[in-house]
Amino acid sequence: MSAAAGDQLTIYERSQAGRRAFVAPALDVPERELDELLAPELRRATPPRLPEVSEPEIVRHYNRLSKRNFDLDTGFYPLGSCTMKHNPKLHERVAALPGHAKLHPLQEPRQAQGALELMWRLQRALAEIAGLPHVSLQPSAGSHGELAGVLLSRAYHEDRGQRRTKVLTPDTAHGTNPATVTMAGLQVVKVGTDAHGNVDLEDLRAKASEDVACLMLTNPSTLGLFEPGIEEIERIVHGAGATLYYDGANLNAIMGICRPGDMGFDIVHFNLHKSFTQPHGGGGPGAGPIAVAERIEPFLPRPQVVMREPAGNGSQPHYDLDFDRPKSIGRLRGFQGNYGVFVRSYAYIRSLGAAGLREVSEIAVLNANYLLARLRLEGVLEYLPAAYDRICMHEFVLSGAPMKRELKIKTLDLAKRLLDHGVHPPTVYFPLIVEEALLIEPTETETKETLDQFAQTVAEILREAREDPEIARNAPYTTPVRRLDEAGAARRRVLRQAI
Amino acid sequence: MTRYTSATDADRQAMLETIGVGSIEELFADIPARLRLDRLPELGGGLSEQEVYEELRSLAARNVSTQDELSFLGAGMYDHYVPALIDSIILRSEFLTPYTPYQPEISQGGLQAMFEYQTAISELTGLPISNASVYEGPSAVGAAGYVAKHVNLRRRFVVSRGVHPHSRETLQTLARGYGMEVEQAPLCDGLTELPHLDGDVSAIVVQQPNFLGAVEDLPRLARAAREAGALTICACDPLPLALLKAPGECGVDIAVGEGQTLGNRLDFGGPSFGFFATTEALMRRIPGRIAGETRDVDGKRGFVLTLQTREQHIRREKATSNICTAQALNALAGVIYLSWLGRRGIVELAELMLQRTAYARERLQALEGVEALHHRAVVREFALALEVPVERVRARCLEQGVNPGYPLGRDYPEHQDGLLVAITEQRTRAEIDRLAEVLGAAVAAERCAAKEVGA
Repeated sequence: MSAAAGDQLTIYERSQAGRRAFVAPALDVPERELDELLAPELRRATPPRLPEVSEPEIVRHYNRLSKRNFDLDTGFYPLGSCTMKHNPKLHERVAALPGHAKLHPLQEPRQAQGALELMWRLQRALAEIAGLPHVSLQPSAGSHGELAGVLLSRAYHEDRGQRRTKVLTPDTAHGTNPATVTMAGLQVVKVGTDAHGNVDLEDLRAKASEDVACLMLTNPSTLGLFEPGIEEIERIVHGAGATLYYDGANLNAIMGICRPGDMGFDIVHFNLHKSFTQPHGGGGPGAGPIAVAERIEPFLPRPQVVMREPAGNGSQPHYDLDFDRPKSIGRLRGFQGNYGVFVRSYAYIRSLGAAGLREVSEIAVLNANYLLARLRLEGVLEYLPAAYDRICMHEFVLSGAPMKRELKIKTLDLAKRLLDHGVHPPTVYFPLIVEEALLIEPTETETKETLDQFAQTVAEILREAREDPEIARNAPYTTPVRRLDEAGAARRRVLRQAI
Repeated sequence: MTRYTSATDADRQAMLETIGVGSIEELFADIPARLRLDRLPELGGGLSEQEVYEELRSLAARNVSTQDELSFLGAGMYDHYVPALIDSIILRSEFLTPYTPYQPEISQGGLQAMFEYQTAISELTGLPISNASVYEGPSAVGAAGYVAKHVNLRRRFVVSRGVHPHSRETLQTLARGYGMEVEQAPLCDGLTELPHLDGDVSAIVVQQPNFLGAVEDLPRLARAAREAGALTICACDPLPLALLKAPGECGVDIAVGEGQTLGNRLDFGGPSFGFFATTEALMRRIPGRIAGETRDVDGKRGFVLTLQTREQHIRREKATSNICTAQALNALAGVIYLSWLGRRGIVELAELMLQRTAYARERLQALEGVEALHHRAVVREFALALEVPVERVRARCLEQGVNPGYPLGRDYPEHQDGLLVAITEQRTRAEIDRLAEVLGAAVAAERCAAKEVGA
């Protein structure tokens, strides 16, 4: 990535009338009058003003754009809560096999046995990882899985004749949790966090009333801490007749070590683009499968991938789509879900196996604790103390409040200065309950050397700020563009190219 | 050690010492002992790369793809040609491996691509504001409904029966959540017949062309909605929009749709992307990411995520949607595809589909025992009514390696023996002739069989 990587013309500004990249196949049927096939009043007067560019120009244009992006294959990307782990190259190869990539979603199940079996096996694997018996792969991303989960919880209560209207979410929750609750027609009730970074059990007890449908919990939390009181949380929530929802954003910390189902969770969502290596793609695609307890199963989205037992001796089981689900909440999207993502995640699980998956979580947690310890050794924690000083899981939160006070640079400035060092900054200003927060998730795929280097880089930026805070305040300097006017963008609202 | 991690025994020892604990085990001390898994999960052992490749290859080999048969299946996803340059661009790690552009200074490539994508969608739909993508088509319909609900606070949607069954069902699922009723509007000879719209109707939801392939009279539908103070939501197929009057010109308030046909593969149904475009008036209610143009401190042009005060990470329970991760990479494929087609190419492609579809429609309707299900204008897809059971006819065709299309009876009891046939630019005249031959023979055989039973 370099600042000199070309100018900033859009593809529309590169357009020259008469150029083209596409040549249509020859017309091989008798040509009919356009007016006869499509009456003039149905047609548009002018075609969409797409660019006119040749293939070489398109390729150069997007190559030029690509060089203006930082990416995971280039450097360290400790973006907290996003699990920016390596994306194995094998996965793109297997996902592109025509038998997967060119399979029509409405193909007859008997002609899509490979795909359905893959989905079924992935369901079984995710069920085992979650410690819950049933899985639906349908949701398209984490927040979509959350919506499925809250609708399931609501359907479950309604089926029992209960209209419960509230959902509890900790004040540390991702924004998707409360937004989901509203979309599902329920009300958010916030639960506080205690002095140790855990769910405030007193507050939870007080709020776990009979009109609560469920508690949405991320565990480990967005503070990177495992809830030591999870068993008590389970008793309180279930005691109130509510369900327990597990936000799987942080599943990378506990795979093969403990299971949400064993903790008493009724509904779990997975982010296949986090723990299971679907490349993040600049903001998707992802997939957000859900695993559920027996009592929630009847309400799962339609259709479900099922295995039908062999009919007679010697015959094979076959796989099918089950639409006959009278209590289902219904569809959440078209077809069967993001199959291409399933192929990659299934390949990942097969590559690692049970022991490998557990090792992933062990190293993710080791790396996070090591990085925290290294930052401490470098003296970084004097200015950026850990929000909660205890062993963390796969990520941890620092507070930039002392840095802001003493060195006169904000968390944002530190993040921007990191850009000049070729590092993607951590998640900043989240969780909301920590002042000037930095949420750091190194993932298991980083080496000790990379973590050492990061700790030294942060220390160096702090040293530099002690001498001259203006350097960080005006950073970055070496990126394709420097700090951008975001307020101006919202005011001017230039949301498309003028043509 | 797995092949994707790199902590050696020596590393582990050194790291644990730095942390000040004796074992990795100790790092998990917060997890109550009773909850620790005392065994490995039942997932089997790990495999080498080549073993995994072989397993995935053998699973793929058990699917019949559009390469393995002559397929006329559509009904929401279509077998269009995906040009080679798309893979060469979207597989670049700079597009494939970063996340949402939270740090715009190092994400200009992705942000500019979003801006270019929004421009292309705005051009196709004739609406000024596009977001940077939503999940896919049917859930985009549900998302549009959520916007409409908040715009006019009314309590009912009127949804055409010409809207894709998956979109109708998804809207129903989501609407039950956010507290709206859904009423269906019937089709009459293939076109939507709106009921009287009262003051409770928040939006009408239609599809262009509709599920039976028919081109709707959008201005008429949108006018009726406007007169009742309701919004018009239209799910559009993007490629026919090269020829058809743009939804924005027709009075549509929110145009959404499935983007698979724009440079994305079939992938058994996903990932693809959904698009979402609307008017200036509804700009602040739109879901998801939006890229906007701005300047940096040196006055250089740049792009950022903008209007973020709509979004979940800022507004939380008051957000306009819960969407976070959407379909950036698929939308990138979409804008590359549209640039590849270009201003003239998209029209040429759509006209080729129109001509071949007309040819196929005429050819198939001429078969004994096959009739038009409706007589409306079509672009890429059309519906037939068979005189004999469609599922049996299909089974006969499949034996010949021809998938003649989608049996409508699965979703439309009123069209029990209907068949929906899709003609993309990948289906040649010779292949259409082959379909006519195989379908004709299959229908004839079923008519014979029926006569024998009758006699």
